[in-house]
Amino acid sequence: MQVELTVNGATHTVEVEPRMSLLDCLRDKLALNGAHAGCEHGVCGACTVLMDGQAVRSCLILAAQADGAEITTVEGLAPDGARMHVLQEAFRDAHGLQCGFCTPGILMTMVPFLAENPSPDEDAIREALSGNLCRCTGYENIVRSVRLAAERMATARADG
Amino acid sequence: MHHHPPEHPGRGYVGESAPRNEDRRLLTGNALFVDDVQLEGMLHVAFKRSDHAHATILGIDTSAALARPGVVAVLTAEDLGDYWQPGPLLVPPPPVQGLVFNQATQVPLAKGKVRHAGEPVVMIIAESRYIAEDALDDVWVDYEPLEPVVDLEAALAPDAPLIHEQLGTNLAAFVPQTHGDYEAAVKDAHVVVSRRFHYDRGASAAMENRCVVANWNARAEELTVWDTTQAPIPIRNGLARMLGLLESQVRVVAPFVGGGFGPKIMMFYPEEVLVPWVAMRLGRPVKWAEDRQENFYATTQERGQVHDAEMAVDADGRIIGVRDRFLHDTGAYDPYGLTVPINSQCTLLGPYDVPHYDSEFRAVFTNRTTVTPVRGAGRQHGVFVMERLLDLAARELGMDRVEIRRRNYIGAEDFPHQWRILFQDFSPLYYDSGNYLPTLEKALEMVDYAGFAEEQRRAREQGRRIGVGVVSYVEGTGIGPYEGARVTIEPSGRVRVATGLGTQGQGHYTVFAQVVAEILDVDVAQVNVVTGDTREFGWGTGTFASRGAVVAGSACHAAATAVRAKVLATAARVLGIPEDEVEIVSGRVQPRGQPERAITLAALSGMANPLRGAVVPGTEPGLEATAYFGPEKGSTASGVHAIVVEVDPETAMVKVLRYIVVHDCGRLINPVIVEGQVQGGVAHGIGNAFYEKLHFDEGGQLQNASFMDYLLPTALDVPRVEMAHRETPAPENPLGLKGVGEAGCIPTGAAFAQAIEDALPEYGLDITEIPLSPNRLFELLESARAASAPEPAPAVP
Repeated sequence: MQVELTVNGATHTVEVEPRMSLLDCLRDKLALNGAHAGCEHGVCGACTVLMDGQAVRSCLILAAQADGAEITTVEGLAPDGARMHVLQEAFRDAHGLQCGFCTPGILMTMVPFLAENPSPDEDAIREALSGNLCRCTGYENIVRSVRLAAERMATARADG
Repeated sequence: MHHHPPEHPGRGYVGESAPRNEDRRLLTGNALFVDDVQLEGMLHVAFKRSDHAHATILGIDTSAALARPGVVAVLTAEDLGDYWQPGPLLVPPPPVQGLVFNQATQVPLAKGKVRHAGEPVVMIIAESRYIAEDALDDVWVDYEPLEPVVDLEAALAPDAPLIHEQLGTNLAAFVPQTHGDYEAAVKDAHVVVSRRFHYDRGASAAMENRCVVANWNARAEELTVWDTTQAPIPIRNGLARMLGLLESQVRVVAPFVGGGFGPKIMMFYPEEVLVPWVAMRLGRPVKWAEDRQENFYATTQERGQVHDAEMAVDADGRIIGVRDRFLHDTGAYDPYGLTVPINSQCTLLGPYDVPHYDSEFRAVFTNRTTVTPVRGAGRQHGVFVMERLLDLAARELGMDRVEIRRRNYIGAEDFPHQWRILFQDFSPLYYDSGNYLPTLEKALEMVDYAGFAEEQRRAREQGRRIGVGVVSYVEGTGIGPYEGARVTIEPSGRVRVATGLGTQGQGHYTVFAQVVAEILDVDVAQVNVVTGDTREFGWGTGTFASRGAVVAGSACHAAATAVRAKVLATAARVLGIPEDEVEIVSGRVQPRGQPERAITLAALSGMANPLRGAVVPGTEPGLEATAYFGPEKGSTASGVHAIVVEVDPETAMVKVLRYIVVHDCGRLINPVIVEGQVQGGVAHGIGNAFYEKLHFDEGGQLQNASFMDYLLPTALDVPRVEMAHRETPAPENPLGLKGVGEAGCIPTGAAFAQAIEDALPEYGLDITEIPLSPNRLFELLESARAASAPEPAPAVP
C-alpha cells in the first residue's frame, strides 16, 4: 500500500506493507537512521519521533497509521547542518550522552516536553525522562543537559 | 613525568574536560551504527532458536520454510559441512597448580542437542526481515526434552544429567589458589564468621542489540563485515582463519557501537561466524539484527555464583585470613575460560591485608545462556563477599564497620604490593600503587559519617528509616597484552589518530585526541580519531577490562611523542638550526622566541614528503609514527562508595538518598568523561543490586525476557552521584593512568546491603544475596518479624 508522509518538511509517497512499522519505514525506506530500534516493544524510547508534534514510539506505530502525518526525526532538529538545535548543543556541552544510541529518542522526547514546560524543575525533567532508558550515563548529565537547554531557551526568549 | 606538561589551560589538553569530538555526529543522527548499514540487494536473517533448555534434536523439517516466497536459504548444522566447528577458546586457563579445565565452546548451529533456551538451531535467509521471521514458524524441530541442569549444586551431583556428554561431568573448572596457611592460622582467631552468599545473574542490556552485516566483493576478493563488537581486530583475524582468507582480505568495522559492557567482546558468537559465510556463499550482502528478546537469550550474561566463605579475625579486628569455596555458573559453554571467576577470586582481597587466603572455585555448566564478562566481570561477587564478611566480623566484635576497614587497609608504604595468586592476565596479582586511607576519610567526610547516627535518630523520630553503607574495592585495570596507535600530521595540518580498539561510548575520539593534541600542541578539535576499523589499524586486542584509555591512550602518547620528534628534526633541518632550538607553538614550529620565522605543521608535513629530489638516507617520509604500548603489569584503581538509603519496612521499598564515590583512577585525562563513566557505572550497580534479575525457572526458562518485565533503572531511580577524585599516578604507564570504565558498578551491591541493615537494626537482617528486589527484601523482613517478633517501631504522628 502507499502512504504519504511529510518527514522533516519533505513529503514522500512510500510503498509499504500494511504491517511495516513507522520505524522500519523511516530507516529502511527513507534512509533516516537517527531513530533506533532498542526494544521494539515500546519500552526503551530509542525510536521516539514526533508525529504531528507529539512524541511517539515509532516501533509501535504502523507506517499506515502515519499516513498524512507530519513526522519530525532527529535529523530534522538542525536542518541546515551548520548549527545544532539548542537542545543538541546542551547535550554536547553537559556531556549528556555516551554511546549515543538512546540519545535521538531522548532528544525527541524532550523537544515537546520543553515546549510545554519551558522552565521545568529537576523532578519534572526526571519524570519526563522516565520513559527513556539509557544504560551508559546514569541519567544525571541528561538531566543537566535538559536544564541547560531550558535556561538557554529562556535567555533567548528574554533577549528576543 | 610528561613529555609536555599542560601549559595551556583552557585548550582541552590532558586533565581538562574537553567537549567530545564525536558528539555532533551522534546528536544529529548521522553516526553510523551497524544496523544503519544498507546495501543494494541485502538479504536478512532470522534464527530459529531452541525453545528448550536441554533437549535432543530428533529431526528438523525446513521444507515449508524453503517453499515460502522470499526465502532464499534455510540452513541447519548439517548444511554447514566442515565450516561447522566449535568456537575458539578465547582465554586459556592460567598456569595454576591443581587446576582443572574442561573446554566446551559454543557451536554455530546446534547439532544433535540444544543446551540452552535461545540457542540457534536453524538460520533463515530471506529478502526481508519480515519474511525471514514469518518463515520461523514454518520450521519444525522435533525435540526430545532432557532434564535441565539449572541449580549449581545439583549440576555436580553424581547422577546429574550431562550437558556435554563427552566430558563425563558438568564441572567446567576447578581452581584452587592459596597463600599462607589458613588452616593453621585460623586456630588463633578471636572471631570466625561464615555465611553462604548468593550473587545472581543480570543482563548487560546495552541499548543497542548485536548486529552483523557482511558483504563479499567477488571482484576485489574482499570481505567487509560490520559488527557490533568490542574487538574488531581479533574478529577479523578469526574470520580470515575460518574462511581461508588473508587477513588483508577481511575488513571488520565496528563503527559507533551502542554500549558494550562486556558481552560484545564475546567471540565468536554463532551469528558472527555464520553471516559472513552466508554472504560469501550467496554472493549477496547479508544482515542479521538481534531483537531485544533474542538479546535476553542469546547475548552472554553474568553474575551467578554461590560462595561459602568465612573470615577469621583477631581481637583487634585484624584479618587473619579468609577461606572461600564457591560455585560459578558458566552457562552452557565456557569460551571465555576462567576470566570471570578468577576476577572474583582475586578481587575479593580488595584493599585489605589478608595474610592467609584459601580459595577454591568450581565452574559449572548449566542449561542457561553462556556466561562471559559483564561490566565488573566477576569483581562484584568477590567484593560483596569480602565486604559482608567484614561487616559480620565488626558486628561480632562490637566494632565500628568503618574502623575494621581502616585497620585492615594495605598501608600507603606497602606499594607496590605483590600477591602470590594469579590474576586474569596470568601473572601474579599485583597492586602497582594506591593510598586507601585518605580515600576512605574523604568519603566519610562527604557522607558525614560522624554525624550520621544523629541524623538517623532524627529521621527515626519522623518515622523514617535511613541507613548508611561504606565499602571499599580495588579494580585491576589496564592489563596487557598491548594496543597500538598511528599518529599522522596530514598536509592539511589536521592530525589523524588510528587505533585498533572498538568504541562504545567511552569518548575515545576525544580522550585520545587530548593526549595527542597536548604533545603536538594543536587544538583537540583538529585531531581526528578513528577506532574500530581494521583497515585503519590492524594490530590490537580490544576494549575490555577498563583498559582502553590506559593501554591505547599510552600507545597514542608514544606515537605522538615519536611524531613530535620527527617534527623537531624536520623543522631543524628546514630552519637550519639545532633541534633543541626548535619549539612547537599552536600548530607551528619556529626557532625559539622567533614567531616571524614560524612554519605551520601543515607546510612542514608537505616538506616531509617531497615529490622530487634527494633525501637524507634513512629518512622516513611524512610526519607519521606508529607505536605500541604493552604494560608488563596492570594498574590498580581503587575507591570507596558510601550510600544513604531510606527503607520503608512495611513496603520494603528502598530509596537511594545519596550516593558518594571517592575513587582513584590515577591521572584523569578528561574529568567530565571520567565522572560520566562512574555515574553510569553506579546506575548499572544500582540496577544489579535492586532491580535487575534474570528469573530462570527450574526448567531453565527465562521468565522475564523483555524490558516490560526486566527492570532497568530509570531517571527516577538513579540519584546524582557525588564524586571526589584522588589521583595516585600509576607507575607502569607514561601518563599515570588507571582504568575507570567498570569501577562504578563494582561495590554497589555491598554498599546497598550494609545500608539496608543499618537502616533497620531491630530486624537483625543478614543480607547475603544480590540482587535484592523489594519483593525479596519483603520476604526477608517477614521472616525476621516471624523469627524475633520485634517491637513495632513507635508510630510517630
